[in-house]
Amino acid sequence: MKYTLSFTLNGLPVEILVKPTETLLDVLRHQMNVKSPKRGCNTGDCGACTVLLNGEPIRSCITLALTVAGQSITSLEGLAEGGRLHPLQKSFHDHNAIQCGFCTPGMIMAARALLDKNPSPTIEDIKKGLSGNLCRCTGYAKIIDAVLAAGKEMAAKKT
Amino acid sequence: MEYKNVGQRDKRYDGLAHVTGKTRYVDDVVIPGMLAVKALRSPVTKGKVKKIDTAAAQKTAGLAAVITPQDVPANGFGPMGPEQPVLAQDIRFKGEPLAAVAAADEDTAMEAISRIKVDIEEEKGVMDPLEAMKPEAPKVRAEGNLFMFGDKPYREIISGNLEAGFKEADEIVEADYVESSYEHTALETQCSVAVPEANGKLTIYTVSQCPWFHIGPLCGVLKMPMSKVRFIGGTVGGGFGGKNDIHADHITALLALKTGKPVKWRWTREEELLFSTHRGAWHIHFKDGVKKNGRIVARQVRSIRDSGAYTSLNPYGVEIHCLVVNGPYHIPNVHIQGYLVYTNKPLSMSMRGFAINEANYATEVQMNRLASAINMDPWDIRFINAYRNGDKMPVGKVLDSVALIEVMQALAQKAGIALPAQCQTMTSAKREVQP
Amino acid sequence: MKKRGVGIAAGLYPTGLMGGGDPSQAIVKIKPDGSVDLIIGSTDIGQGCKTVFAQMAAEELGVSVAQVNVLNADTDAGPLCLGTFASRVTVISGNAVVAAAREARGILFESAAKSLEASPKDLVAAEGKIFVVGAPAKSVAIGEIAGKSPLIVGRGTYMPSPAAPDPNTGAWNAFHTLAWGAVLAEVEVDTETGEVDLLRLVCSYDAGKAINPMLVEGQIEGGAIMGQGQAMTEDWQPYYPSLDWQPTTLRDYLIPTTADIPNIETVIYECPSASGPYGAKGIGEITANVPTPAIASAICNAIGVWINEIPITPEKILRALEGKTQTS
Repeated sequence: MKYTLSFTLNGLPVEILVKPTETLLDVLRHQMNVKSPKRGCNTGDCGACTVLLNGEPIRSCITLALTVAGQSITSLEGLAEGGRLHPLQKSFHDHNAIQCGFCTPGMIMAARALLDKNPSPTIEDIKKGLSGNLCRCTGYAKIIDAVLAAGKEMAAKKT
Repeated sequence: MEYKNVGQRDKRYDGLAHVTGKTRYVDDVVIPGMLAVKALRSPVTKGKVKKIDTAAAQKTAGLAAVITPQDVPANGFGPMGPEQPVLAQDIRFKGEPLAAVAAADEDTAMEAISRIKVDIEEEKGVMDPLEAMKPEAPKVRAEGNLFMFGDKPYREIISGNLEAGFKEADEIVEADYVESSYEHTALETQCSVAVPEANGKLTIYTVSQCPWFHIGPLCGVLKMPMSKVRFIGGTVGGGFGGKNDIHADHITALLALKTGKPVKWRWTREEELLFSTHRGAWHIHFKDGVKKNGRIVARQVRSIRDSGAYTSLNPYGVEIHCLVVNGPYHIPNVHIQGYLVYTNKPLSMSMRGFAINEANYATEVQMNRLASAINMDPWDIRFINAYRNGDKMPVGKVLDSVALIEVMQALAQKAGIALPAQCQTMTSAKREVQP
Repeated sequence: MKKRGVGIAAGLYPTGLMGGGDPSQAIVKIKPDGSVDLIIGSTDIGQGCKTVFAQMAAEELGVSVAQVNVLNADTDAGPLCLGTFASRVTVISGNAVVAAAREARGILFESAAKSLEASPKDLVAAEGKIFVVGAPAKSVAIGEIAGKSPLIVGRGTYMPSPAAPDPNTGAWNAFHTLAWGAVLAEVEVDTETGEVDLLRLVCSYDAGKAINPMLVEGQIEGGAIMGQGQAMTEDWQPYYPSLDWQPTTLRDYLIPTTADIPNIETVIYECPSASGPYGAKGIGEITANVPTPAIASAICNAIGVWINEIPITPEKILRALEGKTQTS
């Protein structure tokens, strides 16, 4: 038995049929062609599936799709505005904060949520804020550099 | 030499794709009509499959096909020969695949798997490589639990005269090192998509780190020529040596051929942790003879590698471990023995540093222990013994582009460490302290 | 009580499959407008081989990296690479890329020689143009030459010579080049809980020639943290040798997070190899080897007891402090 799910995805209204047992991750990847959130563990441990629910980072792999009815979901696909890269995307690229790229979408979305709440984070703030996103390739050093730099750029733009 | 592009801090070629989420991994491949695959895994550590009854499974609504060992044209694969079965009848580890299904979705596939009835005659297995080496241990494989390197159950390297070296030494230092096993933990798990094409060809989207290394064994399993099998790989969500063995491509290939439909098998994180290849465990015994002036004059090493249930490239692993386990140091009298032992566990295989990583751990802790034993600075003992250009390794290889001294000097400078005076002036060009 | 400790470790790592015989190939196509296709067999597992190969091809052909299109790992459409393992790709596939680019460049020079009225051996390619060495004013665009020719294709193959160990003596000419490394680790151990804070890792490696220093740093940093996990928190067989209580989730198998990492400092030393492209050596694996014993030794140094196993978990530290572990 499937149910109608209406929500906003990357700024656009969406209406689809989903099973009550389907996770938001599966619905995004299989029905909405939103491939950036990844299935790294499916138990909410690795963060590769991180998307924003009304601006808050959530694990889409342990979020039942029907629970986001009427809410707003943002994935990496919705980060760039008007074809321009978000400062985080540009900073990750500039700083080589990426290797295999599998953790990158979740990491950038978690960083986005961090900077939205704390526009001028310290290194310690970033380390704490991203500790729910695992990366096996980079050792995190350049990820932290990238988020710090993006934060500074975004803060400078506002002044 | 100045270059225009080489040496530059260029941004990644695939960087924009990564930061916009456009990079395509195997799990992102979706083909209309694609079926989902699940495997039936052995609930026991060791045993013989007497009977597989798939009748109830076949009745699952939404099931497309079941495969058992009878469905595999040549049921063996491996880089050194067709040793490991695709689907096992002679079970060697808990979790070994016995059958597999393709169905409309993963839930249906799991339902079908749960309906397969297997009769297994369980046997006692062996988990401890030290026990497995004993003649009375249960046999993991018919040929015995020790891999034969030629006519010996170990790889051996002898250089100089070990006993003479021990006699010259002022201190003898012995220790046993035990290294547990590790998992690659790439964020992307094993995943495979197999697509039957119109002309009898098969396309496989693979996470393999080495499609060209796998195409031969895979074609061997399928009994198909390479003209009929195409691997499309390229962007792997992390490898670290965990995708150097075929994990899923053979089973998806078989199910794609049997159903005539595209199939995808994505391993769960639990399957990845428990049943995929991993860094194997080692027992390494060191006995060193060192002089008060810091020169190591004799080194005896006995290493035992836990291979798990199969062979893969583990003999090569033992070879390269023995090649380097004397450390990046010139030691005139060396005796090394490396064993490869089978146990009833999932296959141990390559993980970043394959076998050399594990030697490095033991060698370097041992070096620090030696420094303690003769009351010497750990930097000092390394500088004194470090290879120089023109030095011969125990296997006879003469070294060039040696730079350990310089790398250590650069480390000390970066770390703000004041090196002992003699270390500051050493170079890889000559040796000051003779054995 | 908190106790600090320092540990150092060194290491070496040879490039490629030991015993050689592991080939790689590359194909370079120059399209009619001078755009370059570089087709390789190698997989990119995150280390960035597509990037360094684009840099090498651009270097050899005198074009910009932006003009190079890299296609890889298709057993129908591309050439062979034995695999992305053994720290071999930058060096062995890299040598094939350089060879393929040089062959294509040779064909370009043969064609350009006529219009430049010069000998092909006096020509050089740079900034998208071909000209006589020392006389850049009289040049012809690579695109112009490529546009006048049938598709220009260069091929490259590189394979270290096979060498097996002598069955009697064990003698073995196992490799053609090797890299070196040294790491310093500083830790702080809480002697009441056994928990370890990894404060600092200073990592120094010889890359031969860093084709892309930013990517080399990536390997050093990633390897450092992998070493952290190996030394301290990861255990696939916590009740070794049995498989009891094996980790089944990433909550049980603990790889480091951003909250765990130390300050990582890196040094890239360059002692060129005789056989790698531009003197490069493979560093993908050595960077994950040397940190582990440095960290393990730092912990032993902090608590004044030798622990001869890894991972060194808080439990093992507490047992060692209680004198229940064998010391020597």
